[in-house]
Order: sequence, then C-alpha cells, then structure tokens
Amino acid sequence: MAHYLTLEFLAMLIGFMLIVIGLWGMITQKNLIKIVIGFSLFDTGLNIVIVSMAYIKNSTAPIIDKAVDVSQAASKVADPVPQALVLTSIVIGLGVTALMLAYVLRMYREKKSLDINSYTDLKW
Amino acid sequence: MIKKGILLLLLVGFVAVIGSLLINFTGSKELNPLARYYAENGPAEVGAANLVTAVVVTYRGFDTLGEVTILFIAAAIVGFLLKVLNADNGRPNKLRKTSEILETASTLLVPTIFMLGVYIFVNGHLTPGGGFQGGAVIATGVMMIILARPASQFNHKLISILESVSGVGFVAMGVLGLILASGFLNNAFLPLGKLGNLLSAGAIPIIYVFIGIKVGSELTGILNSLKENQNEI
Repeated sequence: MAHYLTLEFLAMLIGFMLIVIGLWGMITQKNLIKIVIGFSLFDTGLNIVIVSMAYIKNSTAPIIDKAVDVSQAASKVADPVPQALVLTSIVIGLGVTALMLAYVLRMYREKKSLDINSYTDLKW
Repeated sequence: MIKKGILLLLLVGFVAVIGSLLINFTGSKELNPLARYYAENGPAEVGAANLVTAVVVTYRGFDTLGEVTILFIAAAIVGFLLKVLNADNGRPNKLRKTSEILETASTLLVPTIFMLGVYIFVNGHLTPGGGFQGGAVIATGVMMIILARPASQFNHKLISILESVSGVGFVAMGVLGLILASGFLNNAFLPLGKLGNLLSAGAIPIIYVFIGIKVGSELTGILNSLKENQNEI
C-alpha cells in the first residue's frame, strides 16, 4: 500500500486520469470547442505522466546551485531528459491547440455551426 | 445504443491498458546511464547550471530547432486560415467596452510582464525557465493588451521581421558552432565562463534570447490573427 502513496505514483495517477477524461471528451462530445478541450487535457495528462517518470526518490530539480554541488550532481538530481522533452511537448501542444482553434473558427465561418454532426462532407 | 457500447468498450479497454501500466509502476531509485552522463559531464562540457537547458539547447539542440520550426509552421497555417476576408474596418465593432479597472491595470502590468519574460529567457541557463517559457510570458502580456484595448493594432511587419531575424540568428549560432567548435549548435565557441554567472555557458544565453524573441513573436502573431477574426463572425 505504501508505494501507492508516493509523490510520483499520485502524479502519474492524476496524469492518467486527465488522459482518460481527455479521450472521453474527444470521442463523446459533439461540440468542436469541447473536442479541442479534450485534446488539450489529453496533452496535459501525458506531460504529467512523463514528468512523473523522471522523478527519482528524494531528488531535487536538475539545477546546479548552492544546494546541489557539481561533484554530487549525479546522485541528487532528477532526470533532466524527460523534463526537456516535456518542455518541447508543451510548446508543440500550444501550437497544435491554436491550430485546431483556427480550424474551428474557419469551419464556423463556413456553416455557422459548432456541432460536429453538421459537418458531413467527408462522411460516406 | 451500439455506438455507445463501442465507446464504453474502447474507454474501458484503454483504462485497463494504462491501469496495468500504473499499478506496476515503481519510481526509479537512481538515474539511468544517459541522465547520469548529462548530470556528471554537463556542467563541465556545457557550463550551464540548469541541466535541462543544457539538454534542450546543446545536447538535443537539433530537436529544439525542429520544435521552433513546428511552432513556426503552426503560426503560419493559423495566419493562412484566418486571413481576414473582408477587411472593411468601417463595420461596427460588436465588442463590449472593457472595464476601467482592466484598462488602468494593463498600463502598469504589461511592461512588468514583458520585463519578467525577458528576465526568464535571459536567465534560462541559471534558473528554471528559458526561451520558450519567456516567450510564452511575453505573449501573455500581448494577450492582456488585446483584452484591455481591443481596438489596438499590431505591426505585422515588425512581428515577421523579429521572427525571421531571430530564426536566422538561431541557425547562424548553430553554424558558428559547426565552424568554430566541434559541431552544429555546439556552444563552446564562446568562453564557457564560471558556472552560475549570467555571462557563462558560451552561446546558450544568446541562443535562448533568439528562441525567446522567436516564440514571443510567433505566439503574438497567432493571438493577433485570432483577434482580427473576432469581427468576422
């Protein structure tokens, strides 16, 4: 039971919950804006999961300063690589969200509707 | 009904897959060899106190270049999709007047937010932060201008010049690393300096300033094209 109450496990649990909520939103909602929000939640949850995997027990942020000496850096810091990847992924997520909102605006301009069921052009 | 059942099945299956991942997850006790290498040799090789910055800008700098390109493409497509079709500015503005409080507060807060953004990307190699975060903070300042003064116009030419110059500057820094040091985006062609000083870590501060300006101007461009469309609908 004890290992279910650690920081990294709880962070990962919250991340997975956000992913499931986001997936549910993406596949059940009819409103285009809500689908975009679902995508955004999925993205955030994924980032939390990756960061929680980078955590090492009793470690600190990967920054060398008074608290972390250069010589003992390897034993005191968390993994910097997943953090760098998440830094990348947050910015990409922002760009993709903006792009999807632009598509939504453009679609609304064509048909004056945010309901996904009114866009049947690609449906056979 | 069948549709709903399939959706439920899909969600339950997905939860089962990630649930088994979650239950078997135990946090790691020590760094893996790659991270250990970065933690041990990063300060001496790169000179950046912030190891995440060392990974983002030098060890995996090529990834960052690709990421900046993706952001640029996203901004370009947003601008293309939301091109203002009938640009008659005489059309009545349907927007509600902004409140006195927001307008007054923005005159104080916007310069402060811009300064914070610049601080974040200048200190990217020492403290948490960097070009992307600083650029995003600058874009929040622009967002505040848009909220407080919806009628204000941004200079498209200035935004695109800033974006192009900083993008070219980023690549030029990489090529300088190729010529003067050992490889593309190697930061060691400038003196590494003392670990923890503002002027240290070779070319990292310069690259991060370029990234900060580029991200800030790209996000400003996206916000601007979204704003210019609010009268269209």
